[in-house]
Amino acid sequence: MTGVFDRPTRIFFIAVALFTAAVAAGSLRPEGSALSLGTLTVSVLGKYMCLATLAVSLDLVWGFMGVLSLGHGAFFALGGYAFGMYLMRHIGSRGVYTSQLPDFMVFIGWDRLPWYWLGTDVFAYAVFLGAAAPALLALAFGWTAFRSRVSGVYFSIISQAMTYALMLAFFLNALGFGGNNGFTDFKEILGFELAARSTSAALFIASAVLLLAFYAACRAVAVSRLGLAVRAVRDNEARARFAGYRVDRVKLSVFVLSAAAAGLAGALYVPQAGIINPNSFAPLFSIEMVVCVALGGRGRLYGAVVGAFLVNWLKTALTGLMPDAWLFVFGLLFVVVTVFLPEGVAGLAERASGLLAGRGKGGGRGAAAEA
Amino acid sequence: MGTTGASMAFAAAAALLVLAAGDLSAEDGLAISRELRAGLASSRVGDRDAAIETLAGDPSPEAGALLEALLAGNLYVDRATSELYLRGGDGVCCSAAGTGAVRGAGAGELRTVGTTSRQRQVLGGILNARALTHPDVSVRRESSRALVMAEGIDPEFVRGLFADEGDEAVRANLERMLAAAALRDPASSGEDVLAALGVFRERLTPEVQGLIRERAESGDPETAGAAKAALGRMEAAIQHVSLFETVFFGLSLGSVLALIAIGLAVTFGVMGVINMAHGEMVMLGAYTVWAFQELLPGRPGLALVLAVPGSFAVAAAAGGIIERGVIRFLYNRPLETLLATFGVSLILQQAVRTFVSSNNRPVVTPPFMAGQWHWTENFSVTWGRFYIILFCLAVFLMILYVMRRTRLGLEVRAVTQNRDVARAMGIDAGRVDLMCFMLGSGVAGMAGAALSQLANVGPNLGQGYIVDSFMVVVFGGVGNLWGTLAGGLIIGMANKFLEPVNGAILAKIIIMCGVILFIQRHPRGLFPQKGRAAES
Repeated sequence: MTGVFDRPTRIFFIAVALFTAAVAAGSLRPEGSALSLGTLTVSVLGKYMCLATLAVSLDLVWGFMGVLSLGHGAFFALGGYAFGMYLMRHIGSRGVYTSQLPDFMVFIGWDRLPWYWLGTDVFAYAVFLGAAAPALLALAFGWTAFRSRVSGVYFSIISQAMTYALMLAFFLNALGFGGNNGFTDFKEILGFELAARSTSAALFIASAVLLLAFYAACRAVAVSRLGLAVRAVRDNEARARFAGYRVDRVKLSVFVLSAAAAGLAGALYVPQAGIINPNSFAPLFSIEMVVCVALGGRGRLYGAVVGAFLVNWLKTALTGLMPDAWLFVFGLLFVVVTVFLPEGVAGLAERASGLLAGRGKGGGRGAAAEA
Repeated sequence: MGTTGASMAFAAAAALLVLAAGDLSAEDGLAISRELRAGLASSRVGDRDAAIETLAGDPSPEAGALLEALLAGNLYVDRATSELYLRGGDGVCCSAAGTGAVRGAGAGELRTVGTTSRQRQVLGGILNARALTHPDVSVRRESSRALVMAEGIDPEFVRGLFADEGDEAVRANLERMLAAAALRDPASSGEDVLAALGVFRERLTPEVQGLIRERAESGDPETAGAAKAALGRMEAAIQHVSLFETVFFGLSLGSVLALIAIGLAVTFGVMGVINMAHGEMVMLGAYTVWAFQELLPGRPGLALVLAVPGSFAVAAAAGGIIERGVIRFLYNRPLETLLATFGVSLILQQAVRTFVSSNNRPVVTPPFMAGQWHWTENFSVTWGRFYIILFCLAVFLMILYVMRRTRLGLEVRAVTQNRDVARAMGIDAGRVDLMCFMLGSGVAGMAGAALSQLANVGPNLGQGYIVDSFMVVVFGGVGNLWGTLAGGLIIGMANKFLEPVNGAILAKIIIMCGVILFIQRHPRGLFPQKGRAAES
């Protein structure tokens, strides 16, 4: 027990801080000069930051607690939709129909905002909703699931069914979230033009801050009494229950925390991506995130970040170069990582550094989730 | 009154058909004479009326095509030469003079030949009469079926046809046509109405219902009572039929779900392996049908029958490769198996996209599957769906037999219950795993062969069913084949019962939530496994 900021955490914080500073500096240099970064690059990196936050939140429940959620993308997307409502409201009358209502509502013939859109033009409330809506969903879903001791693959499958059902629901126009097309064509955030370079730099920095803050929160949980209970539950649920711990409450609190963070990551993702639609609820997206965590090495938090950057960088690079090859590579990645690299890239690095230091197998925390 | 005009034309057309057949010597060697074409191209209504009347007497298919085109607004005139052009389904206009000249529609040089509303009524009547007197009996059956409720048909003309008609099915349709006319005509006698009600005794279309309701409300004391009674009978019968229909479609969907889930029940339920590539085994089976049909052109039925064992073999082989290559390393790590097989499913999908095509492949439905079985007016069943229900039952019984009565089944159950003890008894657990996985995959392949007859055969075929079929297995109770069958049928049935009330998407969402909630109450499913295998 070395406190919140143990050695890997310190290294991670310094690395992310340096990277963020470099990107921020690059984005503020005048266009065309050396080392300057365009808005597109900055927002792509910002999106990676948000996905990394999602991956860390998934690692918190999977690597740390041993509960594999195949529906974490739902929390991310829900947060994205919540904040997307704010962005839609601030298009104002600049839409195609020059109405105060979002275009898709005019299109389906609604003449006023439905009740759940009330107040979404207030920034603070939209951000709150970005965390609260997914947390509420996680509370309801987790409460029923953990209380009735649904675990292992059963939990995975019903969490996948949950995100699938939400995807179908968000495709419906009558839900009031834009149907197939979702939200897009955003103009401004807090009065700043979204297309401006300074805005994209600010969003990138905000994404990095969110990642670091959540990371620190996860570390704080890990070293707390709750963290000990969580590890006990992961390693032997029955024993923890007989020792008098309320296993369902332990699981639920971590699950809700994770969902809220995933929602905030989604809320920051949407202005940088410029779009949110029901495909964010697709089961494939959630599984992609699981692969990020597995590739990076689960149970380590920083592994999830490494994995998220690796997978998404690979995806961006390959879909641009040869779109056909991406799914082959991605599929192979699944197989290779699970069969040959159960500890992920981070585990490999740890073992290598352990060998260099002459310590043999270094003490990794992960991979104890064999339920 | 428009309807009388139409029925007059109807009768006139019928008379002309007899008189004028063969009277039109086409002077320039063409089916449609130049005068006629000029008449149709004329801007004067009277000229066109005369031309339509002449055409009505011409039994040739060319004349029929011309009349149909005129009614549908597909007949054009060249502004410069006044030549007629017929637009086909592909939007290309061919010369009606048979010169083979072709024009693109939409260019400013062509104008549509207009029709007045009276002309359209006359045309409709003529075309109906042509269809009812067509020499081909199957055309007569089809047209008489379609025209049972058509308004504006002259009863005398139909009575004449009825007397001359030899075919029973056509006669029955004509009889109903007359009965409908009798119900519709306010002047028909009470006796006629009662007879008509008798004709419609078990014919349950909504239109008939509407007619009888009008009769019931007409206040004619002689017939209103009988009409009301007939109406009550009908409503009960319609409810009956629609219930039956929902049950049948629910069975059909449920058997497809069960068929896919049976394979999953073997790999997931019995072996505890989560195979996310299961949907792709289904897809491989469906592509096998396509490949067999490509190899045996012109024999789609034979190809389909051969493809059933073929798809089993293909999918089982693919399953064997997956088991040896990936899953073998991951036993006792169910979550990792899930990820690895998901990767395999992505590779298989992309492989089909890259090496076959990313578009759907055309799979032919052979005639013995395509036929319809008309049970009553409102209820018809494709034989294909019926066979697939039977196929599902057959596959289920086969798997049940393998699991309960064969050496392999015994070994599988032994390994499932206690791997170490089974191995100590001399069972080759690795071989059992392989066989079991191949069996599950092969069954998925056969499900794909069946599905190729109902769904589009494309790279995403399997993906659409994977969440549903997992739901079925979990709902039914993992490791229980009967549970899987029951789960599939219940979910399929629930889907079809909810669809008319809530729409397809909402029905699916409701069922998904229902299953999720059900799992919370009964984590081990509908039929939980008992005994030692239930632990863990």
